[in-house]
Parts: sequence; C-alpha cells; structure tokens
Amino acid sequence: MEVKLPFLAEGVEEATVSFWQVDEGDTVSEGDDLVEMSTSKAVFNVPAPVSGKVVEILVGEGDVVKVGDVLCIIEEE
Amino acid sequence: MSEKIPACFLWLERIDFTEAYPLQKGAARYVSRFREPELFLLLEHDPVFTLGRQAKKDHILAPPELLDQEGIKVVATDRGGDVTYHGPGQLVGYPLLDLRRHGRDLHRLIWMYEEIIIRVLAEFGLAGTREPRYPGVWIGDRKIAAIGIGVSRWITYHGFAFNINPNLEHFSYIVPCGIREKGVTSLARELGQEVAVTEVIEPLRRHAAVVLNLEWVETLAGEEALSYLREVAAWRE
Repeated sequence: MEVKLPFLAEGVEEATVSFWQVDEGDTVSEGDDLVEMSTSKAVFNVPAPVSGKVVEILVGEGDVVKVGDVLCIIEEE
Repeated sequence: MSEKIPACFLWLERIDFTEAYPLQKGAARYVSRFREPELFLLLEHDPVFTLGRQAKKDHILAPPELLDQEGIKVVATDRGGDVTYHGPGQLVGYPLLDLRRHGRDLHRLIWMYEEIIIRVLAEFGLAGTREPRYPGVWIGDRKIAAIGIGVSRWITYHGFAFNINPNLEHFSYIVPCGIREKGVTSLARELGQEVAVTEVIEPLRRHAAVVLNLEWVETLAGEEALSYLREVAAWRE
C-alpha cells in the first residue's frame, strides 16, 4: 500500500521530511508514526494506515514533498 | 457549534521539563488510544533552555558558567525548531488534542492557540497580534507567547508558552526560536505591574474551552492534577 502525504493545513501544499521513524524492512502497526514532516509552522508524524512491513522508502530526509506524494510503501500483513 | 469535546484541565504548578516531557508523551498515548477525555496540561517549568533538532548551539549566547549560576538547564529534545526558554512566571500549555476532532488542520490549530492568548490579553486590556510568518503572539514587535506544536498518532503535543511574569533577562541568553530581529515581553512588563501566573489560569481555562470547543469534565490542580497525569501517562496497551 502506498502511503501518501495527507492534507496538513489549508494553503499548505508541501512539507519537508524531517526524519524517518522507521527503516525499510521494519514491521509497523496501524497508527505508528512513520515519518515526521515539517511545515513552515509545525510538525506532523504521518501514521501507518495499515499494519505491515515497510518495503520501500521513497523520500529522504530534507526532501520537500507535495500533499498526495507517495512517502513509502507498506506490504500489508 | 458541534457537540463539545470532553476534556480535563490539569494545573500542574511547577514541574521540571525533564519530568514533564515523558509524562506528556505517555498521556498523549493515552488520548490516542481512548480519544476521550482530551487533556489540557498547564504548568510552569524550572528554568531550562530546550533545544529542537534543528537548534544551533551558537543560539545559546551565554557561557555555561552563567547558566549554572542562574540555575538554567539545557535539554535536547526530539521536537523540531530551535532554542526555547521556559521558566517560572511563564505559563506553559500542553493541550493533548485529537487533531481530527479539531478541524484536521495543523495551522488552524496554531491559529486557535493564538486566539486563546489574544482573548486572555484582551481581558487585561492588551492587543495581541499575529505575525503571518511565525507562530506566536506579539504585542507590537515583542513576542509575549511562543507556540510550537507537533502531532503524533493524530494527537497534538507541545503547545504554547505564555510569558506572564518571567525573568526576561534569561531570554537575552538565547536567540529565541532563531529569530534575531524581535524582542520578548511579558504580561507584567506590558501592564507595568506585577501579575501572578495564578491570575491568568482562570481566563485561560475559560477561553481555551470556547476556542477549542472543549467541555471541562474535570479541573484538577497541584498534587491531584499530577497524580491524575501520572496515572494516565503510565497506561500501557
């Protein structure tokens, strides 16, 4: 399953990857923090939408990502 | 107006940052799991400079000996942002709220925290303003409240730091939030008279309920508030 950057705030079209809370290969539970994103004013941890294994991380720390862009891929359990 | 969200107001009085930080995180996990009641922690910290992950060491301007002499600790945290000061005379609020129940909009929530402070200031006859580029509340070009929020598992953490009557001298030891061009002020400084933090708690409690659409199902203070917080923070799945 593709995990996308969700809507964060009105007028905010992108956010910066501040750091990954997980590595490729990690097993996560639904709701776990995957990656901390920062907007110009606040930080938001993107939660895992499903339980499973993080098979691929597509954006790196410092990257600017648009709302709707794919951050990582989770293989469902 | 939609139905009010049940919440507990906890006035924790003075609590060291290093003690409060894990309690806040634990309590946020509790709110994430049970969703209700949401929690509104209000407290004062012992003097401390907290460093965000992006903190520049040279934004602490005072030498270590001076910090020791003044009893100011330096603590690294896992939040974003730069250097922040907390100390007695400053009301620190950590609202642990479910972002999904508060408009699902990070910046809108910051706007609401600012709104609470602005309404409290108005009660004291002061006009607080926003600065579009930075979160926080200003009086003129002097910052009276800092705001920094994060969200984990949809629950907010950190919050605001509202200067009531702190030692403003301590702010001159840092470049607050990395912003060099602006000064810092307090409620007492702006009013030109002493104000105790306890005079501000009730107005804050009242305006927070209205702005955040909360209903206080419980209001606790001191030891009672701390016991309650310890209990929820110790909860494990």
